[in-house]
Amino acid sequence: MNESILNSVLLLVSLGAVTALVLYIVSKKFYVYEDPLIAVVDDILPGANCAGCGSPGCKSFAEKLVGTEDISDLFCPVGGNEVMKLVAETLGKEVSEKDPTVAVVRCQGSCEVRPKTTEYQGPKSCAISAMIYSGETDCQYGCLGDGDCVTACKFDAMFMDETTGLPVVITDKCTSCGMCVEACPRDIIEMRPKNKRDLKVFVGCLNEEKGGIAKKACSVACIGCSKCEDVCPKDAITMVNNLAYIDPEYCTLCRKCVPVCPTHSIIETNFPPRKEKKVVKEKKVVAEPSGEVKSVNLTKDA
Amino acid sequence: MDSPQIVISASPHLHSDRTSKKIMYDVVIALVPAFLVSLYVFGFNALITTSIAIVSCLLFEFLIQKYLMKSEVTITDGSALLTGILLAFNVPAGLPIWMIIVGSLAAIGIAKLSFGGLGFNVFNPALVGRVFLLVCFPVQMTLWPLAVVNNTSIADAVSGATTLGIIKEGLQFGQTMGELSSQIPSNMNMLLGITGGSLGEMSAIALLLGGLYLMIRKVISWHIPITILLTMAVMTGVFWTIDPEHYANPIIHLLSGGAILGAFYMATDMVTSPMTKKGMVIFAIGIGLITVIIRFYGAYPEGISFAILIMNAFVPLINSYFKPRRFGSKIKAKIM
Amino acid sequence: MLKTFSKGGIHPPENKLTSAKDIKRLPAPKVVYVPIAQHIGIPAEIIVDRKDKVEIGQVIAKSGGFVSSNIHSPVAGTVTKLDMIIDSSGYKKQCIVIRTDAKNETNFQEIDYPLKKEIDLEPAEIVKRISDFGIVGLGGATFPSHVKLNVKEDKKMDCLIINGVECEPYLTADHRLMLEKGEEIVVGIKILMKALHVNKAIIGIEDNKHDAVELFKRLTANEKQIQVAALQVKYPQGGEKQLISAILDREVPKNGLPMDVGVVVNNVGTVFAIYEAIQHNKPLIERVVTVTGKKLKNPSNFWVKIGTPIKDLIEEVGGMPEGTRKIINGGPMMGKAIKNTDVPVTKGTSGILIVDEDEACRGEVKNCIRCGECVNVCPMGLEPHLLMNLSEKGMYEKAAQEDIMTCIECGSCSYVCPSNRPLLDYIRFGKNITKQLASSKN
Repeated sequence: MNESILNSVLLLVSLGAVTALVLYIVSKKFYVYEDPLIAVVDDILPGANCAGCGSPGCKSFAEKLVGTEDISDLFCPVGGNEVMKLVAETLGKEVSEKDPTVAVVRCQGSCEVRPKTTEYQGPKSCAISAMIYSGETDCQYGCLGDGDCVTACKFDAMFMDETTGLPVVITDKCTSCGMCVEACPRDIIEMRPKNKRDLKVFVGCLNEEKGGIAKKACSVACIGCSKCEDVCPKDAITMVNNLAYIDPEYCTLCRKCVPVCPTHSIIETNFPPRKEKKVVKEKKVVAEPSGEVKSVNLTKDA
Repeated sequence: MDSPQIVISASPHLHSDRTSKKIMYDVVIALVPAFLVSLYVFGFNALITTSIAIVSCLLFEFLIQKYLMKSEVTITDGSALLTGILLAFNVPAGLPIWMIIVGSLAAIGIAKLSFGGLGFNVFNPALVGRVFLLVCFPVQMTLWPLAVVNNTSIADAVSGATTLGIIKEGLQFGQTMGELSSQIPSNMNMLLGITGGSLGEMSAIALLLGGLYLMIRKVISWHIPITILLTMAVMTGVFWTIDPEHYANPIIHLLSGGAILGAFYMATDMVTSPMTKKGMVIFAIGIGLITVIIRFYGAYPEGISFAILIMNAFVPLINSYFKPRRFGSKIKAKIM
Repeated sequence: MLKTFSKGGIHPPENKLTSAKDIKRLPAPKVVYVPIAQHIGIPAEIIVDRKDKVEIGQVIAKSGGFVSSNIHSPVAGTVTKLDMIIDSSGYKKQCIVIRTDAKNETNFQEIDYPLKKEIDLEPAEIVKRISDFGIVGLGGATFPSHVKLNVKEDKKMDCLIINGVECEPYLTADHRLMLEKGEEIVVGIKILMKALHVNKAIIGIEDNKHDAVELFKRLTANEKQIQVAALQVKYPQGGEKQLISAILDREVPKNGLPMDVGVVVNNVGTVFAIYEAIQHNKPLIERVVTVTGKKLKNPSNFWVKIGTPIKDLIEEVGGMPEGTRKIINGGPMMGKAIKNTDVPVTKGTSGILIVDEDEACRGEVKNCIRCGECVNVCPMGLEPHLLMNLSEKGMYEKAAQEDIMTCIECGSCSYVCPSNRPLLDYIRFGKNITKQLASSKN
């Protein structure tokens, strides 16, 4: 009896000693030096591993931050300025401040305004259906509606709206990591500055067709009429290939372009409702759109 | 455009009429002759055991998919039905009903659905069910009812023994094959199925008939079953030639136990067998070897279920090592 | 036992509804839409402008590089506009719209050239003419023919293979062409042999076209250098690599070309186009198109001018049948479903297939049961199920290691899959991404 207890104790102790020795040797032999700063920076980073910064994960981004001299053009979109400031303090380096951005979907082609003309059968993936043809509607620039962006989003900040068939960005959750921008085969999603209170004005269309064809495919398509370009006081709107684009750098969010658009393809978000004025203006637009345009054109010509 | 819209999809625009459902039902059809034999041999018990196994497998699949996984219910695809039949074929007729239900739960719940359902299971569900029962209830699982030919009433489970059981026990008690030969059924009886054993494994001829049907319908290829049987024959043959007094001859080994049922129906299960022909042969050789080793040296008289499960675990490895020969890898490029 | 290729293959129902129908010449359409990207490679450059008058056979778009091809006006008429039109790729592409001049007789002349056997041109001139006259592979891939004939010095060529296999179900364009223009094709083969400096040519024909096999055996009875090989009916035997394997038992190495095993493969349609170009100075402005489908009133084979809208052809066979769900440009295995009937016929259109409800829709996708049938039928020895999984999960590097790029997109895997899995869709996607990754690395 005693002997068996003794035997097992001895056996276990010697086993333990041997393994401890092996572990010790191995840990010494294969020790890899790592800058302790990397771990510190890695802790500061959000740990989402979203690859929004360009590195495959937070750890490798931390290595990059520690390793490079000038980190002013490195930026963690998820953590934003706060995290970058902390990183800069820890490392004693300079970072540049960036305006927070948010993803916007530049297509309004819901089922109602952009009728489907064909039916796609196959894997539900935009990238795959984009490979074989221009999509279920007649618009070859708009959203395909198979939700690659939603799948790509790691922050649950996007969902497909069942009724419109279009993706929706939940701006509060959006970290502007840019995965959706990459996932979209049509480049519909764009990162735009978040501004104050998330105010945004942008063109919700990418159709480069001539007006008539674009309008036929989708009733809210940009028809390239240039009315917004003419009305913009800051020259922030440019027309390329029958398509308007609002440059966020110059846009002052005056919203003058929104009501003049005859197809309502310019989107404004989170603005307070236009009080008395807005109602009047909208009525005016709806009632006599041509009249207003004329006046604008005239003034410009003159 | 007119109301049924033009469909756009990538090529190919044709599809063969082969569906997974058809494959499953083909296997079910192939099992009918063996079932008829066991109905003849074991009477009403065979029917009860089989129907309980089928119903409980379908029921567990339904309940788990509907309420636990909250996914699509796929009980109509024939796979659960097939699992039920194969499970019943692998247990003794007249096994207590509650045990069959436990076995079904192990087969469907543990082996199949916990891996993600049809196509994702690593191990053959019916065999997991059988082995689960064998390990938990060794007594009941080896209580073989005697053949009750022409007796349609529910027979009391009378303890008999399988051919392999007799041999194993006999050899352990120092008897020789010569002395045992009087106790084991004749080759003809084993071929026809007048012998003890699990519900569906006795009649070699009926099982072979079904296997032939599967091969003609191209549900299975010859590679797995023939290689398993060949390996077993060769290995037992070698041992038997060396020492015929302590090792049974290859014919007894092939006809007894679950060799044919395992080779044709269990090992060929598509989900748990390799994809390429080369891989299939390797897989089958492994099964053959392990079966014979268990039969000779293991604690159990029969080892094909264990052998198949063990080789199932190697399938992913086999798949990644035995690739089909790529077109264009032929080295010669003779230009005259 | 007839010859066939070494690996895989399937045998879908043949459905050759139009194999007994003569090729009918259609009158010139009122308007033709000629896309500038009808071939693999760089699109041609437009050299005409609006309101220009063009003659039949005049070059209207010039080859944009080496792997490119000239495009000729199929009709005499006026260029009305340069427009964007949806072509078989499913996207709007640049094309030249020409209104046919109803008064110009050349549009309606039925030209039946007499057979001309003597070959006057030298090899270099032949290749030059093939390049100038816009000839591309008419089997479907539309690879510019002069590129194939430009054999590098270090490659030793010994055999010309003529592809008369037409393994796609439904299509009969090549079959009819072989039956009706057999002698011309034999002359065309000699032209190619001269251009390539080879003294052996083999015509591969599947045995379901027994009449064509017999005809060519008769026509080449006195030609020692030209042989006819009857092949077992198996898809995708019309694939270049499969055909070489079937006839010569040589395997084109991975990522290699037929040239690497001393072979050039040309389609019978191409051979005929080459004959007409060399012997009768006719550029590639028309081709044989099979218009078929089970529900069509009168499926037929036509000589069609390039640029004819598909709807004209459908009118010709009795209109679009009720319940049509799919229009396929090409054969059912490798053709492309098209969005509407305004799509024009291009150099690569071998057939138009009209499919109704039953065949058009894909079945419900189920779990892979790992039956391995896709592996069995893959003519390239790949593992489609694995490639699909890898590209679905974005593991493109692993997919490239598993030789995803050697896939010939024959669709055999998707055809046999009992669970209706979209194997080829994902493989094609994976190939695309792998290609992009490779080009971005360079």
